[in-house]
Amino acid sequence: MKADIVIIGGGVTGSAIARELARYNLDIVLLEKEDDVAMGTSKANSGIIHAGYNADARTLKGKLNVKANPMFDKLAADLKVPFKRIGSLVIGFNEKDLQVLKREKENGERLGVRGLEIIQGERLFVIEPNLNPEAKYALYAPTAGIISTYEFTIALADNAVINGVKVLLETEVVDLVTEGSKVTGVKTNRGEIKTQVVINAAGLYSDKIAAMSGDDSINIRPRKGEYHLLDKNWGNFVNHVLFPIPSKVSKGILVTPTTHGNLLLGPNSHDVDERDDPATTASGLDEVYSGARKLVPGLSRSDVITSFSGLRAAAEDEDFIIGPSNRVRGLIHVAGIQSPGLTSAPAIAEMVVELVKETLGEVAPGKEIHLKEDFQETLPTPVIFNEEYETGNLDGWQKLVKENPDYGEMICRCERVTKGEIIRAIHRPVPARSLDAIKRRTRAGAGRCQGGFCGPRVVEILSKVLGISPLEVTKKGAGSEILKACSKELIRRAGDGDEI
Amino acid sequence: MVMRFNYDLVVIGGGPAGLAAALEAENSGIENILLLERDKYLGGILQQCIHNGFGLEYFKEELTGPEYAGRFIERLKGSKIKVKTGTMVIKISKNKEVLALNREEGLLTIRAKAIVLAMGCRERTREAILIPGDRPAGIFTAGTAQRYVNIEGYMPGREVVILGSGDIGLIMARRMTLEGADVKAVLEIMSYSSGLVRNKVQCLDDFDIPLKLRHTITSINGKKRVESVIVSQVDDRLRPIPGTEEEIKCDTVLLSVGLIPENELTREIGIDLDGVTGGPVVNEVRETQVEGVFTCGNVLQVHDLVDFVTEEGEIAGRAVSKYLKGEREWRDQPVRLEPGKNVRYIVPHRIDYRDKDRKRIKLFMRVKEPGKDVKIKLRDGTGKVLLAYKREIVTPGEMVTVFLPEALIDENMSRIKISIEKEGR
Repeated sequence: MKADIVIIGGGVTGSAIARELARYNLDIVLLEKEDDVAMGTSKANSGIIHAGYNADARTLKGKLNVKANPMFDKLAADLKVPFKRIGSLVIGFNEKDLQVLKREKENGERLGVRGLEIIQGERLFVIEPNLNPEAKYALYAPTAGIISTYEFTIALADNAVINGVKVLLETEVVDLVTEGSKVTGVKTNRGEIKTQVVINAAGLYSDKIAAMSGDDSINIRPRKGEYHLLDKNWGNFVNHVLFPIPSKVSKGILVTPTTHGNLLLGPNSHDVDERDDPATTASGLDEVYSGARKLVPGLSRSDVITSFSGLRAAAEDEDFIIGPSNRVRGLIHVAGIQSPGLTSAPAIAEMVVELVKETLGEVAPGKEIHLKEDFQETLPTPVIFNEEYETGNLDGWQKLVKENPDYGEMICRCERVTKGEIIRAIHRPVPARSLDAIKRRTRAGAGRCQGGFCGPRVVEILSKVLGISPLEVTKKGAGSEILKACSKELIRRAGDGDEI
Repeated sequence: MVMRFNYDLVVIGGGPAGLAAALEAENSGIENILLLERDKYLGGILQQCIHNGFGLEYFKEELTGPEYAGRFIERLKGSKIKVKTGTMVIKISKNKEVLALNREEGLLTIRAKAIVLAMGCRERTREAILIPGDRPAGIFTAGTAQRYVNIEGYMPGREVVILGSGDIGLIMARRMTLEGADVKAVLEIMSYSSGLVRNKVQCLDDFDIPLKLRHTITSINGKKRVESVIVSQVDDRLRPIPGTEEEIKCDTVLLSVGLIPENELTREIGIDLDGVTGGPVVNEVRETQVEGVFTCGNVLQVHDLVDFVTEEGEIAGRAVSKYLKGEREWRDQPVRLEPGKNVRYIVPHRIDYRDKDRKRIKLFMRVKEPGKDVKIKLRDGTGKVLLAYKREIVTPGEMVTVFLPEALIDENMSRIKISIEKEGR
């Protein structure tokens, strides 16, 4: 296989870069080691589009966040991703906190963040009635928003595929091939791809990828953050993204509604050794809950429907690392992308496009690059029962059922997802091939029963549509098969004297 | 266009509660009845309960789940009740208009004069008990595993640890064993099993499956598939005791940690729920605060015996008939039934009607703590003991029922308090 550009990593960064580069006449391959995009840091984070007052103006974080924030209205509309600009409040309880809020406000204004305002007194409780009554001040940032982070990533990748990018799932990079000090290819578990430009967007593994070329300039220190997600009957309990006073490395344990109307609490922040250990801990979740209760005391843990954790891919100096490798030509690092990495992704992608143009000029001087005329900016409008129902478009849905009865068969009761929606997810440009991938695209299994009822049904649909045995259907890729054997098979084998 | 229908009675749910309510309503003279079921078949969870032990109270014989359901489904075939399976109810409005969806008709709205809510319950998940750790494949609620084994024909695991000794957990311990799996332990955080005694004996003891009381899972390990669980003993306040951790290798965790009445539709109608049962607040005929909306079975209170579910469905079915025929006589004031000492809840919550034909009212309740040689005492508002029943054993896992004779319900009475007390020396 050959490509002009190989992107390593199907997180929000890699997917945004793939979509942006797809505007040009380039052969692009995106490699993802898991069975879906958005499987690392992009799957488990707060889903906040930050206003951008927080980061230092001299850093890439500071510059790119502010640049990217206004891009989300068009992006979300084009890609049909749930996004709401609900604004954020950083909550202060005393004079010392007020000083911090003032500093943040000044920093934000210097960066060009619009609408920042310090709110105090009664007004605070008018706009946020369930806030801790002891709160005194808040820095209000009206441009902050919430987005479904994995849906955004999947949509970016889908749009990239529609525009010609090849997304190869379950394809893990095992080595970078270099000749002299130039990249010539990428070795994967499925074979080699010849290329002159490699973009390292490998998130938690970006230092490992760099090291494959002998470049040891990156050092990723995974930092875990744990979350509780509350039932939908809590979605209106707060109206804004609520932050505590930030620490040096983290914006703290926040409380926010999600785009789907749940309430999200978290994350805490702990450096960990392992890059693939998203386990939650009892003490960590206690910390998250008590942290959230400091902002909103009326929360109840009995309505937690799921808990999870994500790992931030923090680099040593805490800023993003975006630029060509100083070791090998043709390798571009996009590493250390932690918060506000989700917000910054569109601006990062634009920055990387410029870097790619420069790099191509060096390594492939003959290559002429121009914008494609047939670039598709948008994704088709998704078919979602719950949305049509909430907006009262019952006749529209009725028409759909008449054309395809699968849209009349409810599979997930809690989130109201029909069979038609699930089959559609399996056929998306980046296809859903596992239970979790279906869940991220349709929300089947994301509700209060967490797939208890719909799990067996989704397994059956996946097996039928993909033409595989139910025994081969996985939760999240190879090794996570849901079922172990046909019934009677174990007992029959035991009867034969075989080992079970 | 959305299809429109009119019915005298719409029953939501075709499990044992809904079947009994629909059949009894027809028996009592209601003609125009529609039964809606979200699954492809009637019978509800009974269809996956292929073990026996059903019907001892109601039929005085021992049936399997599908046999028990079959008896009612047969009766239904001989009735005029209309049935729509594969039909999911989306919303019920206060004026008793039901919006539903199915493959054949798409969206349909049904105007009903009366509604019986019989949606049953769902299982509590890992999150309800906040088990930390990894999130791999191999974690199932016991009922989901039961569906995989008994309906779909697949085994969800080989080496199994079961958390919770509720009835479904106990039944699945035996079922998985019979299918050739190795059930390593059943863990119960309390100091007693929350299932029926007969299930503990027949499902665990007979198969030498260890029941570890006062134990819980404190972590689930495994990246892709469950590899092991960490099990700890708990103290009197149910907190894990440090130093008691033990790792059990397994590929599957089954959770049997309680059932929650499925009342999302009920809540949307604006019906108040009882914080203890998770079901609606009802009077003696299982009518909610919205006139003409009745409820029965596990959506009202989680039962341990299907026979009681059927009984409750029939109460609701008869009540619908009286409601539609206008044959009801209100009391001047309701009698509130109040849980006293060691009583977690009582269903019904109050008595609203006078009924000369009625000899007695059956009261369902659960205890908070196990007890031996106790007296169940019913007291009126003045504290006077109206009636007392003796019981040798009461336990939270087994519903307690007593009868309140109609003759004891005074016209001026406004409350009856029920306590379960140790017998005096």
